[in-house]
Amino acid sequence: MKGNEALAEAAIRAGCQAYFGYPITPQSEVLEYLANEGRKRGMIVLQAESEVASINMVYGAAGAGARVMTSSSSPGISLMMEGISYIACAELPCLLVNVSRGGPGLGTIQPSQGDYFQAVKGGGHGDYRLIVLAPSSVQEMADFVYDAFDLADKYRNPVMILTDGALGQMMEKVAFREYDPKDHMKAKPWATTGKPSTRPPNVITTLHMQPEQMEEVNHRLQAKYAGIQQQEVRYELLEAEDAEYLVVAYGLAARIAHRGIQLARARGHKVGLLRPITLFPYPSTVLKSMAKRLQGILVVEMNAGQMVEDVRLAVEGRTPVQFHGRMGGIIPSPDEVAEALERMITTSVAHPVEAD
Amino acid sequence: MTQEIVEEMITPDVEGMECVYHRPETLLDARFHYCPGCGHSVVHRVLMEVIQELAITDKTVGVAPVGCSVFADRYMGIDMQGAAHGRASAVATAVKRILPDRYVFSYQGDGDLAAIGTAETIHTCNRGENILIIFINNAIYGMTGGQMAPTTLLGMKTSTTPAGRTLETGGHPLKITELIAQLPGVAYVTRQSVHNPNAVRQLKKALTKSFQYQKEIRGTCFVEVVSNCPSGWKMTPLQANAWLVENMFPLYPPGDLRTPQ
Amino acid sequence: MAKGGVTFDIETCKGCELCIEACPQDSLQLSPNINAQGYHYAVLVKDNCTGCTNCALVCPDAVITVYRETKKGKVPVARVTNVMENITVTLTDERE
Repeated sequence: MKGNEALAEAAIRAGCQAYFGYPITPQSEVLEYLANEGRKRGMIVLQAESEVASINMVYGAAGAGARVMTSSSSPGISLMMEGISYIACAELPCLLVNVSRGGPGLGTIQPSQGDYFQAVKGGGHGDYRLIVLAPSSVQEMADFVYDAFDLADKYRNPVMILTDGALGQMMEKVAFREYDPKDHMKAKPWATTGKPSTRPPNVITTLHMQPEQMEEVNHRLQAKYAGIQQQEVRYELLEAEDAEYLVVAYGLAARIAHRGIQLARARGHKVGLLRPITLFPYPSTVLKSMAKRLQGILVVEMNAGQMVEDVRLAVEGRTPVQFHGRMGGIIPSPDEVAEALERMITTSVAHPVEAD
Repeated sequence: MTQEIVEEMITPDVEGMECVYHRPETLLDARFHYCPGCGHSVVHRVLMEVIQELAITDKTVGVAPVGCSVFADRYMGIDMQGAAHGRASAVATAVKRILPDRYVFSYQGDGDLAAIGTAETIHTCNRGENILIIFINNAIYGMTGGQMAPTTLLGMKTSTTPAGRTLETGGHPLKITELIAQLPGVAYVTRQSVHNPNAVRQLKKALTKSFQYQKEIRGTCFVEVVSNCPSGWKMTPLQANAWLVENMFPLYPPGDLRTPQ
Repeated sequence: MAKGGVTFDIETCKGCELCIEACPQDSLQLSPNINAQGYHYAVLVKDNCTGCTNCALVCPDAVITVYRETKKGKVPVARVTNVMENITVTLTDERE
C-alpha cells in the first residue's frame, strides 16, 4: 500500500471517529482515502475550508471526547500552529500528521525533514511539547497510528507523526495490527458532552488570566512532559555494539543511512546507526552514554541541520559531531553518506578523541 | 443620574404574589465583568433563560469566542469550549458532528465572526451545519480597547479611525448577515436587539425558535443582535441605546432575513 | 391593572438606568446611595408597580425579581425572598 493510504487505513482500524483536513500535496491521499473508505466505515470526514478550520475542528471534536485526527504538509502545518498551541494547553488528545515537503515558503512537493524544529521545538507559541513519532517505512506509517492515539489518550496530549512525501507516496507491504479500539479508548469525564445535574460544567479553555493560575498550568504541562521523557523514549540501534563511529538519522534519512553504514562497514569501518523513533522525547540518554566510546558522530538529515543540534546537546562535547544534509527536497544517496563518513573518519584518525 | 428629585425607596409587599421573573439558575453566580448597560449581559441572560425554560441545560454545549465575551464560560452554567479568535463556528461544527443530539451554539462578536473568522462563518453556514450562531454586532472591538470592526459605520470614530471611518481607511461596513442570508444551507437568519423590553421579548422568541429548528435539523440558525458598547462608543447606556436606534438600525435593520420553508 | 412588586439585588446593580427608562409607570429611580462596587443602584420609588417585567427584561445583570398578584384559583408554588443575601425559596401550602 501507499504510505499515506496505509496511515489512513490504520486510523480507521484504530477507531478514529473523525478526520478534518484540507488537500495539500503530498498528503491529499489521506483525506481522499478517508473520504471514501472512512465514511463507508462510519467515520466523520470533513474537507474543511482551510487548515486553520481543520485544526480548530480537531480541537472541538477532541474537547467533545472524540478520537480525532488531521493531516497536512509543511505549509499547512504552519497554518495549524495556533490551533496546536491551544490543543496542547487544553490538554486535548489528537493525532496530527505532517507529511513534510521542501521549504521554506511554498517550496517544493518533494520530501524533506525541514520541519523538525517546528515539530519538536514548538512551532506554535508558548511552552508546550508534542509527542513526535518518526516512521521510516510504510509499515511504521501504519503501526505508529495506533501508538499515537494511545499515547495521546494516555497523556491527554497531541501526538504528531512526522513523516515526509517519499514515505507518503512509496508502496510497500504492510500488515495491520490486531487492535480493538474498545480495549484502548478511555473514558473522558472531562469532555463537553452536556452537563448533567450531577456535576459542574466542563469547560475546555486555554485562557488563564491570573498569572499564578497560568504558571500552575505550565507546571502541570512540564511535569507531564518530564514523565513522557522518562517513559516513552523509543529508538533503534543498528550494528552499534562495536561501533567507533555512529550515524544518527531519523525517518527516510535513516533508511538511506543504514545502507550508507553498510557501505562503510564493507570498507572496514566500525560504524553503527542510531535511529530515533520518538523525536520528542529524544533519546538523549542513550546518545550521551554512547558518546564516551565514540570517535565521532555523523548526523544525516534532509534539511540544513536541525536534529544535529539535539545530538550536540545530548553528547555535551564528548565527541565531535558532524552533519551531512541535503535541502530542497533532494534525497541524499547511501554513497553520499558513506563518503561523508569516510571524510569524518579520515579526519578523526588524525585527531583521535581520548576516552573519558 | 437622570432624575433630579429623588423619592423615598419603597419596599413592596409581595406577600401572596406570584414570582413572575427571577434570575435564571443556568446563569452562574459570578458578577458580569461587562460594562454597565452592555448588550452582552442581556443576551447572556436571555440565552440562559431560554435554555432553562426549554430544559436543555444538560444537552447544550456552547462555544465562546475571543472578545469581551471570552469569559462567557464564567457565566453560562453549561458545558463550554473556548475557541481561538474567529474559529468558534469551526469548533461548534465539530462538536455538533460528534454530538448530533446535543444543542450546540457559537457566540461571537463582530471581529470574531466577520473579520478573522469570515471564512469559517461563511463555510459553516454554507455547509448548513445544524448549529445556532449568535452574532453580537456592536460595530467596535470592545475587549482590545475600541478599534474599528468590520461593521463599524462610516464616519464612526474608533481608536483606529480617530478621524472617523472612511472608505480609504476601512472600506464599507460589512453587512455579513445579508451575505449569510443568501446561502441555501441556512435555515433562519434574523436580526434582533435588546435595547428595550419588546426587543428583548423578540430576541427570546428568536432564540427559542432557533433551538426548535436545531431539534428539527433544519440547518444553520444565525441570530444577529445589534447591540450597544457604552464604553467603546463613549456614551451612557441610555445614550448608547438611543444612538443605536438612530444610527445602527438604518444600516442594520431588525427583522427576519430568512425563515425556514 | 394587576398589582405587582420588584426587588433588586442592589449589590449587583451597576446603575445603568435601563430599567428606569423601561418602566412604563415611572416607578424606578437611582438611589442617592452607592453599593460596595461604587454604583448608584436602582430602587422602586412608587407604589404603582404592575409586575409587567419590563425592567427585568432589559436588566443586563439580572438583579430584578418581579412579583405579580396571583389570579383567582392560581396557587403560587414558590416564593423568592431577600435577593440581597441568599435567595431562599419557600414552598407555600395551598392558598388562594
